[in-house]
Amino acid sequence: MTDQNTPLVEMKNISISFGGIHAVENASVDLYPGEVVALVGHNGAGKSTLIKILSGAYRRDAGDILINGEDTDIRNPRDAKKHGIETIYQTLAVADNVDAAANLYLGRELQTAWGTLDDVAMEANARKVMGRLNPNFKRFKEPVKALSGGQRQSVAIARAILFDARILIMDEPTAALGPQETAQVGDLIKQLKREGIGIFLISHDIHDVFDLADRVFVMKNGQVVGHARTGDVTKDEVLGMIILGKVPPGATPGPGAMKVA
Amino acid sequence: MADTLHSTTTGGPRQSDANLVKRFFRATEIDTRLLGMVGALLIIWVGFHFLTGGLFLTPRNLWNLTVQTSSVAVMATGMVLVIVTRNIDLSVGSILGFTGMIMGVMQAHILPQLLGFDHPALWAVALATGLVVGAMIGGLHGVIIAFLGVPSFIVTLGGLLIWRGATWFVTSGQTVAPMNATFRLMGGGTEGSIGATWSWIVGLTACLAIIVAIINARRQRKRFSFPRKPVWAEYVIGGIGCAVVMGFVLVANSYYWPVAIARRYADANGIAWPEGGLLIPHGIAIPVLIAIAVGIVMTFIATRLRFGRYVFAIGGNLEAAELAGIKTRWVTVRIFALMGMLCAIAAAISTARLNAATNAQGELDELYTIAAAVIGGTSLGGGMGTIAGAMLGALVMQSLQSGMVLLGIDTPLQRIVVGAVLVLAVWLDTVYRARAK
Repeated sequence: MTDQNTPLVEMKNISISFGGIHAVENASVDLYPGEVVALVGHNGAGKSTLIKILSGAYRRDAGDILINGEDTDIRNPRDAKKHGIETIYQTLAVADNVDAAANLYLGRELQTAWGTLDDVAMEANARKVMGRLNPNFKRFKEPVKALSGGQRQSVAIARAILFDARILIMDEPTAALGPQETAQVGDLIKQLKREGIGIFLISHDIHDVFDLADRVFVMKNGQVVGHARTGDVTKDEVLGMIILGKVPPGATPGPGAMKVA
Repeated sequence: MADTLHSTTTGGPRQSDANLVKRFFRATEIDTRLLGMVGALLIIWVGFHFLTGGLFLTPRNLWNLTVQTSSVAVMATGMVLVIVTRNIDLSVGSILGFTGMIMGVMQAHILPQLLGFDHPALWAVALATGLVVGAMIGGLHGVIIAFLGVPSFIVTLGGLLIWRGATWFVTSGQTVAPMNATFRLMGGGTEGSIGATWSWIVGLTACLAIIVAIINARRQRKRFSFPRKPVWAEYVIGGIGCAVVMGFVLVANSYYWPVAIARRYADANGIAWPEGGLLIPHGIAIPVLIAIAVGIVMTFIATRLRFGRYVFAIGGNLEAAELAGIKTRWVTVRIFALMGMLCAIAAAISTARLNAATNAQGELDELYTIAAAVIGGTSLGGGMGTIAGAMLGALVMQSLQSGMVLLGIDTPLQRIVVGAVLVLAVWLDTVYRARAK
């Protein structure tokens, strides 16, 4: 059980600034296999920015990223994918004008021996993986634009799990969804967790967080206020951390914790 | 409950009647938009045929129409990829002029000294030089657009002026002529056509290719047990495809050599001049074959290769493409390099056809190329467009112009009509798309 001792991901003392504004300052988070870690905080608290550093969309100014205990340099989304990090973005980063299979394999298309796109094989795998996620999904030949929000979301999630992600980042995965679809995503997260995948969940919804996450990290003004096991704190205490930066006794304070006078 | 049952049973047959057309299109998967364009083209053709008193739909005019379309059609295929990624290339006419001049100078001045005047590879070296220069110019534009972040509109607007000016400097404004005899074949004419026998061979090969492609696609889908089109739909598609190809060959083979050239040919080969005149069919013109080949290759690139997939993904959602790990900047550079190379192919066709490289070659072609792509259904909003549509668009534009020439309409009025048609076509397309949503 060495796995339990070595975090899947450890981001240490990460800082990044845009034009003199510290979007993330000295933030440290970690994630273990089969664990769901929620990142919560106000808009602009820096959670999306922190996570985009892990997914390769931004490059950090300072700090270290350790994957399985090894120092790793992530310069772009391709590097991140190489380490098994897949991201589902808040904006549902799908290309609207191509079909589901093309989106699933975007950037990693299957090719035939002739170097051409193996559309049939991609569609076959797409049907397989979508069948697992969302058995009602039938519209494989249509541009993603024609799909509903939930269907688009399942395409985005399918893309992440298709490539055997070990680390999954979900940025507001349910923001664009109705209640039923939200429940589906919740079931999916539990299923992925059982498979030993580590999940970072960014969410505004405190109920989602308590339903799904094992631990919660709270960010405020680019800093980590503190973190706690969801069993050790109440929803109100977490809200207190988000709004005031007040760290309850059940939580471990971080650099952004309110200084007790 | 009984009510709903009742209504569905009575509504059923009527509904299926009304949807017969819809079902036909769904089953055959024919792009209705493309079909609309073909319809518009036929209306234009028949309209001009009546207005000109039967001059338009003649083998001669149709043959000329295809030859005149080929240069812009070649460039329009590349413009589709450019516009799909929400860029624009205003410099294609000037690149055509510059690469045409380079190829002209190569074959008329430089290569004869290096290789000798009659060297058989002379035309190929000249063409290759043009292609490389075109790709380099396009690539340079692409690098400035993708890596220095200058909008493509500005970069290629600059290119429009720069390469037109550079064309002048190659020969200080002198026209270069004549072209190498082999090179000239790319321009069409009696010699630059492949004759009846070869035209039939090309036609039959194309039909065979269509059938093989259909069977292959079906077999592939069968292998993975995906839903397939009904068999009758496959027959319809294959039948229409083969009929179009054979009709085209028939038209090309019905256009005979002009009497003077046929007589000279007869004299040279010691053939007795027959009573009714010697009827030697032109067959398909070489520039048209080039354009069709370019169209096929570009369609292959756009739909079957990763590169094409990336082009469309970038056009659909640049951010998503980047987050998916696509090197979007390099894709942009390659698109513009490809565009430059296509300009060189178009330049070869038009200099060969004119038998000269001039300063003004390709002026305003950028606008015709963009218009062809847009009329052909390429959305300026990005993400949408087909190669075949753009080539059809080029044919529509050229049909309008040829028809007006046959009617004796003055150039200024021709431009007014072409401009109006462009706006009208895009408006109709907007309406169509809004309804399709």
